[in-house]
Formats: sequence, C-alpha cells, structure tokens
Amino acid sequence: MSTPEKHVLEIKDLHVTVETDQGTKEILRGVTLTINSGETHAIMGPNGSGKSTLAYSIAGHPKYTVTSGSVTLDGEDVLSMSVDERARAGLFLAMQYPVEVPGVTVSNFLRTAKTAVDGEAPKLRTWVKDVKQAMGDLRMDAAFADRGVNEGFSGGEKKRHEILQMELLKPKMAILDETDSGLDVDALRVVSEGVNRAKEATDAGVLLITHYTRILRYIKPDFVHVFVDGKIAEQGGPELAERLEAEGYDRFATPATTSPTA
Amino acid sequence: MSLLTPQRPSAGAHTDSAAAFVPDQSRAERTTSYAVADFPVPTGREEEWRFTPVDRLHSLIGAGAETIGGSEIAWESELPAGVTLTEITTERARELGAPAPADRAAVVAVAGAGGAMHLDIPAEAELSEPVRITVRGGGAQPAFGHLVVTAGRFSKATVVVQHTGTAQFSEVLSTIVGDGANLTVVPVQEWTDDSLHLGQHDVVVGRDATVRHIAVTLGGGIVRLNANATYAGPGGSFEGLGVYFADAGQHQEHRLFVDHEAPHCRSNVEYKGALQGETARTVWVGDVLIRAAAEGTDTYELNRNLILTDGARADSVPNLEIETGEIEGAGHASATGRFDDQQLFYLQARGIDEDTARRLVVRGFFASVVGRIGVPEIEEHLMAAIDRELEGQPVEPLEVTA
Ligand SMILES: Nc1ncnc2c1ncn2[C@@H]1O[C@H](COP(=O)(O)OP(=O)(O)O)[C@@H](O)[C@H]1O
Ligand SMILES: [Mg+2]
Repeated sequence: MSTPEKHVLEIKDLHVTVETDQGTKEILRGVTLTINSGETHAIMGPNGSGKSTLAYSIAGHPKYTVTSGSVTLDGEDVLSMSVDERARAGLFLAMQYPVEVPGVTVSNFLRTAKTAVDGEAPKLRTWVKDVKQAMGDLRMDAAFADRGVNEGFSGGEKKRHEILQMELLKPKMAILDETDSGLDVDALRVVSEGVNRAKEATDAGVLLITHYTRILRYIKPDFVHVFVDGKIAEQGGPELAERLEAEGYDRFATPATTSPTA
Repeated sequence: MSLLTPQRPSAGAHTDSAAAFVPDQSRAERTTSYAVADFPVPTGREEEWRFTPVDRLHSLIGAGAETIGGSEIAWESELPAGVTLTEITTERARELGAPAPADRAAVVAVAGAGGAMHLDIPAEAELSEPVRITVRGGGAQPAFGHLVVTAGRFSKATVVVQHTGTAQFSEVLSTIVGDGANLTVVPVQEWTDDSLHLGQHDVVVGRDATVRHIAVTLGGGIVRLNANATYAGPGGSFEGLGVYFADAGQHQEHRLFVDHEAPHCRSNVEYKGALQGETARTVWVGDVLIRAAAEGTDTYELNRNLILTDGARADSVPNLEIETGEIEGAGHASATGRFDDQQLFYLQARGIDEDTARRLVVRGFFASVVGRIGVPEIEEHLMAAIDRELEGQPVEPLEVTA
C-alpha cells in the first residue's frame, strides 16, 4: 500500500456574479480558502449567504460567472476546465438539490460516471460488488439500481445517492452542499458514516456546507468558516461551531461594509 | 418530476389541451367511405389537415391521384410457418372486416392500390419470431398500398412493418384481431428524407383481445400516420405507443383516434418525440371518444416532446370526449419542453462528457416507451438510431436478418 498522494484545492479572492431579472448581481465577494487532503472544512452560514454559489462555482455551473480570483487543484487552473473535466480532475459536488434524470437508471449512470472519472471501464465483478456493498452500507435497497436517477426519490434517498457516488467515484476533493438538510437522525448518521468512509478511503479533502451544527457531531471538522454575505466572516476550529450553535448567526448579520474580513 | 423544463410561451411548444376538451365537432361525425369523391381534396384548412403541408402532397391526395400510382414499391416478407401473405381484392378486405377509409389519403390509397395484401396469422398460433414485412421504396413516384392483417382467435404474434428507401407512399394498414388474441404491430418509418408517407392504420380489437400498435418514425420528409382503434366486443385492450425523432425539414404527424364503443375496454396511448434542428416539425393529436355504451372504460393518453434545438416546433393536441359517466378512468397529459441544462450539468459534474450526457438524457427520455416495445431487436436498433440522430448522422435502416 502506498500512502495516498496529497492534494490541495486553493480558492483565492473569488468573486462571482449571477444574472437576475434585476441585472447582474454579485454574490461571492472575495472568498479565500485552502483545503488540503484529509482536512474537513465546515462552511456555515445563513440562507442566501452564497454557500451554494461557492459550491456551484467550483463545480463550474454555467449560471455563475467568475469575475475575478482563482481556483486551482494542485496548481492546475480549475476555472478553465469544463464541468466534466473538473470532475475527472478529482472534484466532486454533492448537490443540495440533486437533479432527476428520468429513464437513466442509477446503475447505468454510476457505471458511466465511474468509467468517465477513471478513464476506463471498471472491472465488472469488483464493480458490481463495490456498488452492492456501498449501497448496503448506506442502507439503500438494491432495487435503487434499476430506478431512474433521482426519479421519485425522497429527499433522504437523494442525499444517500449523492454520497453513494462520492464513495464510488473516490474524489480528491468533495464539496457537500447541505447534505444534512432534510435527513432524520438515523439517515444523518448513515450518510455521515458514508462521508467518513469515503474520506478515509482516499484521504479526500472535504468542504462541508451546512446550515446546522447537527452534522458536525458525526463529521468532525478541522476548520469552521462562518459565511456571511458572500464571504468568510470568521474562521476558527470546531469550537466556533459550538459558539454558533449557542449564539446563532445574528451577530454576523451586519451590513457588508462592517463585517469582519477574513 | 419531469425532464421537461417549464416552457416559455415563445419557445415552440403548442399544447392545445384546454381547448381540446371541447372539440367543435365530435370525432364520431367524420366521414368514412370507399368513394374517392366523398372526400374533397384537402385545402389545409380542415381540422384534420390543418397541421399538414398539404401543398406538398398533390401526388398522393390531389385530383386523380389514385390513377397515377407507380410500381416502385417492393414488398419483402419473412413469414414464420403457418403465416400466409396473399393478394386479395378490396371486396375481400372489406369482408374480412377492414374499416373504411376515413380521409382523402386513405380513400386514394385503397383505390390506387386496387386490391390488398393479406397477412393471416391462424387461430391459436403462437409465434416465437416476429413476422417481418419490408416495404422498400425505389424512387420518388407515388405508390399506394393496402395491407390487411388478420390475427385469428387466441393467436399471439408480433408483426414488424419496415418502411425504407425513397418513396411517395400512401397506405392503409387494417389490423383485425380475433377474440382473445394478442397482437403487436410495429410500423417503422426509416425512409430517406425526400420521401412522403401517409398512412391510415386501423386496429379492430376483438373481444378480450390485446393489441399494441407501436409507431417508430425516424425518417421521411413528411410522415403522417392516423392510427384508429375500435373494439369489436367488451374486454379489449389497445395500447398505442410511438417514438419519433424529427430533424430539420422533417414533418412527422401522428394522429390517434380511440373509439370506445364497447364496454369494459382499455386504451393506453403514449407517444414520445424529440425534435432537433431548424424547421423540425411534429404533430401529435390524440382523440379519445367514450361513447354512451362504453361503460367501464379505462383510458389514458400521454404525449411528451423534447425540443433539442431552437427553431423546432411540436404541436400536441389531446382530445377527450366522454358521453358516459360510468367510466373507470380517463386522463391525458401532454408536455413539450426544452432540453434541461440542469440534467446536463448533473451528469457532467460526475465526469461524463457533454455528448455522452446528452445521449443519456435523450435515451432516458425515450426509455419508458422503448422499453415496452418487447422486441429486443427493435429496441436496440431504435436506441442506436436515436444515438445517430443526436450525432446528426443519417438514418441507417433496420436490416432484416434471416
Ligand atoms: N441562479 C441564480 N439566479 C439568481 N439569483 C441567485 C442564483 N443563485 C443564487 N442566487 C442568489 O444568490 C444568493 C445566494 O444564494 P445561494 O448561494 O443559494 O445561498 P445559500 O446556499 O447560502 O443559501 C441568494 O440571494 C440567491 O437568491
Ligand atoms: Mg444553498
């Protein structure tokens, strides 16, 4: 066994806009963040603060325009890559609202994605076994494999399916956008265990976006960043999450001009 | 829940469903006749011709068209043991129970054909292999045809009618299914893009019989098929499935009329189409009439269209006419939408390149219908053909293998 390679995702002074009915709107206003292999960074912030925008921008969603700043993975310019190139480079985004792709079966989708990410088709026997194992670990019924991707899935099933993909695709860096929201306690534990397994298997770096501290009982962050109004307002260790739990986001909800800079 | 994104008003979708519930004229009132003179040459203003480019159809529906039929159509067949294909007169076709022509194209086709081909599946025959008939066009000359398919009581069979080559072809396909029989008839349209094809496909569903009519339309410049189902007795089931893919310059029109007169019958219609390219044009009209006597009817119809590029237009018109309150169920759905970029993003975010992602989404869109065809060879051929359509390559017809 060789020790896993170390990777680093560097986000520097990232500014991002979207087109709205009222014109161009700046949502990310200078985000700087470095994630190394094996690290878990929690990003916590109120609704509308731009957390999903950060996640989508790193993944390359066409709706978001990067106006300045950089994102690199091991020094490679991520922003110049297409969406699928980013995934093949080792980035993974577990989406807050996974998309239904009717008629495309989960098993076909997983195999196609695995083949794309690895650059070769997985060996059939080990693949079937791996999928079965991972689904079992996530308490997903085997029948899921024959359903359409996210088609008619409950909220919890969609989140399990996202983490199933993380386990199978083995990314270098995983961004989990509110994977905890909409999960009951049992599901939260199962899903969190899946994240921890996937992370350990490849020593992945994890950017864990959440609105609540609840998931941090299962997935221990090394760093906590408070995200307000399109940028990081404060950062610290796990103790910062506890303070947020007690105090809420209120003290950060100040106009942009007076919020502390990271 | 659907792949279809909400449609902006100007974007090329035309679903006429609200108006559709109250047709100005009942479907029951339309003329049927063997006399060409009973059907005036369509102007394009008639309800049933209003979507069709009738000005390009002179050779098939114009004055005297029935007298000009060429002979450049070759019929090839592969018949399992016991199945026969013979030539018969129009009189004989009527005796066998073929419904009368219901529009100008059909009456001209029957007159122009001057007789019919009769495919007979004997009673109680259970065929393990499909019956295959290939209609091969040899040039852009008008040609007419009438094929009568009779499926004897309690028989079980699949008939694939493959249309290929170049043709201006107008035809009637009369399918008469005996009591308790189970028949699947699959017309496949893979003509060259300069071809014309008009068809009236009648299905007469026997008592307790199950009939599936599956239209697969990929090729042809203009293809207009009218599929009509009637029930000869109670307990029958009709399923009308369709898959179509229109490219630039193609007009594909599928019209269905399910006439529920007998009680306790079922019908289920599901058509899915994709459109790609400037001026690609599809029309789907689904008329369902539940007559007063048709108590216990259960019917559903669905049409979905996927618009892959700008400039394509899909019309979708479901009509439901109900004359009895005593029904099991009656519903319809119709939706036309654009390719969903969110789906593309989701797949690409898993490393899948854009072309593969598009292919997956479109295959997925068609999967619910294609997966029900039940003829593996057709299913595979169809999926491969859809892949090629997406790559902008010409249709490669299904080759009939011995
Ligand atoms: N595609 C979009 N179009 C218009 N506005 C958007 C879009 N995406 C996000 N926004 C706006 O940007 C802000 C941040 O959104 P988001 O990143 O989803 O926040 P969070 O994930 O922290 O709740 C919100 O005000 C939201 O309305
Ligand atoms: Mg969000």
